[in-house]
Amino acid sequence: MNEVAERTGLLADYDPGGRYCELFGPPSMQAPIPHTQALRERLARMSLDDLRERAHDAELELYNFGITFTVYTQKDAIDRILPFDAIPRPIPPDEWQTLETGVRQRVTAINRFLRDVYHERHVFSDGIVPPDVVFSNPNYRPEMEGLEVPYDTYAHIDGSDLIRDDDGTFYVLEDNARCPSGVSYMVENRHLMLRTFPDLIEDQPVRSVSNYGQRLRAALGEIAPQGVDDPTVVLLSPGTYNSAYFEHIFLAREMGVALVEGRDLVTEDDRVYVKTIRGLQPVHVIYRRINDDALDPRAFDPNSLLGVPGLFQAYRKGNVALANAIGTGVADDKALYAYMPRLIRYYLDEDPILPNVQTNLCREKEGLQYTLDHLDELVVKPVGEAGGYGITVGPHATKEELETCRQQILDRPHNWVSQPMISLSVAPTLVDGGIEPRHVDLRTFAVTGRDTWVAPGGLSRVALRKGSLIVNSSQGGGSKDTWVLE
Amino acid sequence: MSNLLSRYADAIFWMARYVERAEDLARVLDVTETFSRDSRGGQNWRSILELYDDVPAFFREYGEASAAAVIRFYTLDDRNTASILSNLGMARSNARTLRPLISTEMWTQLNIFYNRLRALGPQEIAEPRLARFCSMIKEGCQTHTGITEGTFYRDEGWCFYQLGKQLERADQTTRLLDSKYHNVLPSPEDVGSQVDVSRWNALLRSAAGYHAFRKIHPRGMTPGDVAGFMLFHEGFPRSVAACVDEVGERLTQLRSAYNIPGATAAMGRLDDLRTLLDTDIDGVIAFGLHEYLDRVQQYLNALSIEIGRDLLGHAPVSTSAT
Repeated sequence: MNEVAERTGLLADYDPGGRYCELFGPPSMQAPIPHTQALRERLARMSLDDLRERAHDAELELYNFGITFTVYTQKDAIDRILPFDAIPRPIPPDEWQTLETGVRQRVTAINRFLRDVYHERHVFSDGIVPPDVVFSNPNYRPEMEGLEVPYDTYAHIDGSDLIRDDDGTFYVLEDNARCPSGVSYMVENRHLMLRTFPDLIEDQPVRSVSNYGQRLRAALGEIAPQGVDDPTVVLLSPGTYNSAYFEHIFLAREMGVALVEGRDLVTEDDRVYVKTIRGLQPVHVIYRRINDDALDPRAFDPNSLLGVPGLFQAYRKGNVALANAIGTGVADDKALYAYMPRLIRYYLDEDPILPNVQTNLCREKEGLQYTLDHLDELVVKPVGEAGGYGITVGPHATKEELETCRQQILDRPHNWVSQPMISLSVAPTLVDGGIEPRHVDLRTFAVTGRDTWVAPGGLSRVALRKGSLIVNSSQGGGSKDTWVLE
Repeated sequence: MSNLLSRYADAIFWMARYVERAEDLARVLDVTETFSRDSRGGQNWRSILELYDDVPAFFREYGEASAAAVIRFYTLDDRNTASILSNLGMARSNARTLRPLISTEMWTQLNIFYNRLRALGPQEIAEPRLARFCSMIKEGCQTHTGITEGTFYRDEGWCFYQLGKQLERADQTTRLLDSKYHNVLPSPEDVGSQVDVSRWNALLRSAAGYHAFRKIHPRGMTPGDVAGFMLFHEGFPRSVAACVDEVGERLTQLRSAYNIPGATAAMGRLDDLRTLLDTDIDGVIAFGLHEYLDRVQQYLNALSIEIGRDLLGHAPVSTSAT
């Protein structure tokens, strides 16, 4: 090995601090991952100044292109970029193979589960999942009971959040079966890499992610109502003030479909139309990026102005398809997460390819006891919250915080789960002090119409603050280009 | 998607108008600044407020119509929806809405231009530097126009862009002409005389028309010649006639090439406007230049409302599905 050559230059002082490193591999670093050798060598030869200068160019480009998400303050809305870290995160082909089949397996199980919940409900009668886990979830939609959806697909677009532990094993941390976002950053990060670091990526066997839009458009075409040969697909957005508006623009452009808001659509005779300069034109498929609640004030929240009155009735009649289907939120909640391995075995008769993080359900007696006994070692999460809110990280919490947490659990045990601390893997990241290890996760994106395709890449989010485990963009995380190697 | 959303057509139409308005406002400020270097300076600044019907709005925020206050009001004051900053902010906001439709380069330039403008401080618009500021605005707006010309996909959207741009430009040319009317023509008899050539010269230059004017009027310069040139000369891209011709072409295109039903009604209004323009400068002077310009503005406004109602979905859209 040319170990010595690699650990000179830019990477000479890099020390992953005993963590699993996405570039070098296991903590020992005795045998760095062979697939990342070319990348390591190229990085080692770059100067810190050069790297900084080009990273700066990349961020300026993000800002100028308006590749931003919106943060609300009391006074107004501020556009922020998702900071781009210049050092890519490679994934070797054998690992990707596992991730891809594992994600596909999981999405298949989720769709089978959703079909079952809204139809036969064997999952309850067979005692796999307690009914109240589903029925007490506010995302359960009784309106969907008995409704047929094309190919029995409910979660057409699904995002899985994965983390890697110290031993190198990937775990699923969370499923996102409603409106997962971030895929535009996966593609834009690659474009940035190609523009600002052509010498880093040149001749590298990196799989392309640029056809995500075409794959999504094809899948959406597949679910159009029967008898429609050339379906009109639209993307329904809450509008320019939504934090993911850039992504909505991105996807509409990539798919070549109209980006609409609720006020652009009307229903008539249980069909959906879009207002154009030629009058009303029929719409057949809607990729909606607004929540169930807001879709149709007649069927759901009457106060929401984002949706389209009468849309649900048109959907119910099969005159328009929605992706994702209504009511998929019962599959991505944190209580159900604990049952996912059992659901995979139940529906597919297979062992889970990607393990869950061990999850203690406070609703179950043993889970509750274990959680209360080990509060200072565990991460306690509320069921049905997103974005890293409401979480207590035991080892980092004060006595008072632990006591509050204990009380919250005792008050409503059904609302809480706990998990052991997973020390996320790290990746070399450019920070003020030079190149340092920072924790990363990975969100994969699966698209399902007739069958499932997993984009060969994903969004690697990186916690930019030293030691932080929180990678969410709303809490100061950045992102990296993710290379799936051939 | 082959069918342009009404809301997008509206956003394109107004994006073009906002940019054109910002550019023309810079032209008006620039020429006013040139004029104001004389005894009538204060009066000049106040006349802009009258020109745009902004007197009450201005005095709500400012105590007197000093040069500094009026300039501030029309450049970087974000409380004034008619300021250059506000216009470009709205253009940027529309461009953001339109990002699925417009080119990346169009969006990027407006985004950078607006952010640059927003970062300017009061010293950048002080009177001695105003000409420089106005140049920057004109250049930024023309860069937008050039990028749009070079990158915007040619379909119905392009027609709406041109409709907005040309209607606004025609309107602004009448204002530019009118803005100098009171100051430049103290009495009607002066029309046709050689008085104040330097002022008409400045007016032409502010509309980038001096050299073109010289091509067809190699000698002399009367107010009547200048006004006639700016109103009727078909070769001058900022003349009212040239702008209205372009509007007519786009409406015809929407109606015949793209089969947009609403364009037929707007054509009716356009014909009224064409009839009004079917005269020459002598006829205008007999009618009264100020009165004539006022009438042209009213007709342009009526046409704009017609387009809004029939093409941009400002009224309930026809429910006949095709």
